Amino acid sequence: METLLSIIFIYIFVENFVLQRFFGICPFLGVSRKMETAVGMSMAVIFVMTLATLVTWLLYSFVLVPFGLTYLQIVTFILVIASLVQLVETVLRKISPTLYQGLGIFLPLITTNCAVLAVTLLAIRQEFSLVESIVFAIAASVGFSLALIIMAGIRERLEMATIPEVLQGSAVTLITAGILSIAFMGFQGMLSL
Amino acid sequence: MLIVYAIVALGLIGLLFGLMLAAAAKVFYVEIDPRVEAVNELVPGANCGACGFAGCMKFSEAVVNGEAEPGDCVPAGEETVAEIARVLGKEVSASGSPIATVFCIGDNFKTADNFIYEGVEDCKVAGEMYGGFKACSYGCLGLGNCVRVCPFDAIDMGSHGLPVVDKIKCTGCGLCAGACPRDLIKMLPSGDEGHLVLCASQDRGKTVSKACEVGCIACKACVKACPEEAIEMNDKLAVIDLEKCTDCGECVKKCPPGTIHPRSAIPTAEEAAARAAEKEKESA
Repeated sequence: METLLSIIFIYIFVENFVLQRFFGICPFLGVSRKMETAVGMSMAVIFVMTLATLVTWLLYSFVLVPFGLTYLQIVTFILVIASLVQLVETVLRKISPTLYQGLGIFLPLITTNCAVLAVTLLAIRQEFSLVESIVFAIAASVGFSLALIIMAGIRERLEMATIPEVLQGSAVTLITAGILSIAFMGFQGMLSL
Repeated sequence: MLIVYAIVALGLIGLLFGLMLAAAAKVFYVEIDPRVEAVNELVPGANCGACGFAGCMKFSEAVVNGEAEPGDCVPAGEETVAEIARVLGKEVSASGSPIATVFCIGDNFKTADNFIYEGVEDCKVAGEMYGGFKACSYGCLGLGNCVRVCPFDAIDMGSHGLPVVDKIKCTGCGLCAGACPRDLIKMLPSGDEGHLVLCASQDRGKTVSKACEVGCIACKACVKACPEEAIEMNDKLAVIDLEKCTDCGECVKKCPPGTIHPRSAIPTAEEAAARAAEKEKESA
């Protein structure tokens, strides 16, 4: 129990995927312009990351390891994530058109989100058990969402601010991301596994 | 041997997922209106947004659901619009797609420069700097903001320093009109009928003639010459009403600087280049 709680805390705050590990910077910068899209993306990421970790963990433990194919880890995981996203999309479209509309373009976009691949690979490398892996995936994706939503909130306010002309656009966004990252460094060393 | 294992294993896993996806596609098949896809095939697919929808796919859905008219897709052109309408079994309100027209003919040889500009290749930037390097503060700066924004590759920067619109490629999406910081590009109805005063200067005649050989000097000769009363003065610039213009050509004869041209004579890219080359030869 204690391990699970520390996994949750560590991967939301201490080792935040975006702000400390620098995974998934592309969607972090790309879809943080509006709160609405940021929330949509966050939900999609939480969903896909958890599911992907579950499937890859099972595949790794029960197929790759027994057959001595662990060196195929990265390729198969990419395959799994891509097919999984496609599968989820197909199923969602039928079962819940509302959710499908809500997640919209973000679902297929996640296929190329490196944070998803990172979470599945790290779960293996850290030698987490299945339950730990799933908790880890949820925590990591919640951490991603946290960073994304904070960023979206700041950027919505930045729209109103007067920014020096040279810093407008992506420059100020990157500076904001940097400062946010420094702020999260405050959690550094607080807890470790 | 290792490589064979790898290939077989990966192939099997891939096959498994492929079958799963195929099965899912069958089991969870959602009927999409085939007309949406048919319309989506027809539209230009540049996602220019001129229709007001988020991309061509959304537009296709809207058209099929009756929320938009086939003609709302500006770049589609008459034929495509007719075809979309045919898919939907609808009538089309016939109106050709507009064509971008540059309202300035003060090229590098006809308009004087105030200074040499060596800054960023951007009309907006150049225009902000001391009112632009061209002596005429209304004329085209020729740095090609319109060329860069055109998703259809329909505008070229002629060697004479003015953008040339390819009338065939132009789909009338209007992005160039929005990109021109001096508002020199106007979207006109398609066709070659009518004459135009190809100038945008609101300066006094004296100032204009100092800056540009071919600018409108507001002499009103064309207004008096026009038998159809199709020409009016808009402050210090003559404007021809295309609906009234009968292409008689009287105004062309009377215009001292030669600012008025029939629309059919607006040169294509090759013609403009040839003219520029000729000019260069003369001055050499």
